[in-house]
Amino acid sequence: MILTALAAGTTTAVVAADEGGGEFHTPTPDIFWLPIVGEGDWAITEQMVWGGVSVLLLSVVMVALSKNAAVVPSKGQWFMEGFYNFARNGVARDMIGTKHFLKFVPLLFSLFSLILVNNWFGIIPPVMNPTMGRIGFPIALVIVVYVVYHWIGIKKMGLGGYFAHMVPDGLPGWIKPFIMLLEIITYFITRPLTLALRLFGNMFAGHMLIVLFVSAGAFFLTQGVVFKLLSVPTFIMAAVMFLFEALVQFLQAYVFTLLSASYIAGALADDH
Amino acid sequence: MQFTATASSVVSLATAEGAKMPLIPHIPELIFGLVMIGILYWVVSTKVVPNLEKAYEERRAAIEGGMEQAEEAQAQAQAAKQQYEAQLHEARTEANAIREEARAEGASIVTEMREKAQAEASRITESAKRQIEAERQQAVVSLRSEVGALSTTLASRIVGESLEDEVRQKGMIDRFLAELESGSVRPEKVGATAPAAAPAADQPAQGELDLGADGPAGRDA
Repeated sequence: MILTALAAGTTTAVVAADEGGGEFHTPTPDIFWLPIVGEGDWAITEQMVWGGVSVLLLSVVMVALSKNAAVVPSKGQWFMEGFYNFARNGVARDMIGTKHFLKFVPLLFSLFSLILVNNWFGIIPPVMNPTMGRIGFPIALVIVVYVVYHWIGIKKMGLGGYFAHMVPDGLPGWIKPFIMLLEIITYFITRPLTLALRLFGNMFAGHMLIVLFVSAGAFFLTQGVVFKLLSVPTFIMAAVMFLFEALVQFLQAYVFTLLSASYIAGALADDH
Repeated sequence: MQFTATASSVVSLATAEGAKMPLIPHIPELIFGLVMIGILYWVVSTKVVPNLEKAYEERRAAIEGGMEQAEEAQAQAQAAKQQYEAQLHEARTEANAIREEARAEGASIVTEMREKAQAEASRITESAKRQIEAERQQAVVSLRSEVGALSTTLASRIVGESLEDEVRQKGMIDRFLAELESGSVRPEKVGATAPAAAPAADQPAQGELDLGADGPAGRDA
């Protein structure tokens, strides 16, 4: 990111030194601010629309593919099962264990599919904007996870038991308050904060990078011959960033789901 | 990374209208995010997951049913094999028993035959002995009378006196034979006296005397 900023800085410098036409503007976080209806605090943004579209799309496709689920799967069901099993077996069952995992599969699968589609919106035309690059959406998802894992923990062990289980057994007595403090910070502040910021940060930065390379390449084309040639590696770099982002976007959806499952498992665990 | 972003957003805050710092959530988006996950969760948990889980359950049941069948078949094969083995074992035991019995029977037959043969042999021996004894007895008796007659004739010829008185004659012969048997009369004496008068009659007398000497010895044995 810092490197990018540096690169952007030099580009600007070079462009400024050039005597040619227009001026190059490095992309700013403003590129994420896309109000459609209204303005100010209650404006409806483009990301909200795409988010809604993603929910609609996912609902329709997933219901259609699983409606006639049979013992011998059709091609569509087979595809659906592969996608579903990734969240069901690869995440929920592995993290939570075979005993309790089925109860949390719908939530984890919803999270995974929603985040994945909205992340991939960042590189799919005509959207070209990752929904999770707006902090409001990751926060909303984290609120759900946060409430769920605290709720099941307290429901299982009682309020006192939930706090008591945060401290592992067999520690010397004097260290327990410190561990308790650390664990409370982890459970109530660090976990939700990192969960939301990790997803947001990756999407935000990735989109900035892509916009930077694409806009720089496009700008170079309007300049002299040397810059026109320079636009070729820039566009190649942009293409590489697209592929890289596709991977990162998938990974972030996976990581978010995996960590959610791990927090749920931690709240359900009998011992630390 | 976030610092860079925040820093640039601070700059942008001054320029762009309506845009906030990236880390400040836009409240409609936050609410709409909750709505999105809520709707999707509802759809997934009521329409997608139950269908798929049902299919999984059916698949599991189908596979387990197949496995149960296979297990059953295996159990049947196992039972059949055990039965066959048991039968084989039984047959083997029976064959062994039969062989053992036959051997014992053969041995007993051999023993029995041997005993029978032994008995037969001893019976034959016994009867032969008895016959020999009887024949000997007969020979003794006939010899006795013959020797008596001979010696009487001989004596009467020698003495020239007819010993017609049978009682006396018999008594004399008996006394002579008794003496002969008890060994008081040596056969040589008879032989010594007899050849002079009747050499022809000497042979039977000699034989009779030999037999007579042998008789008690044979009986003793």
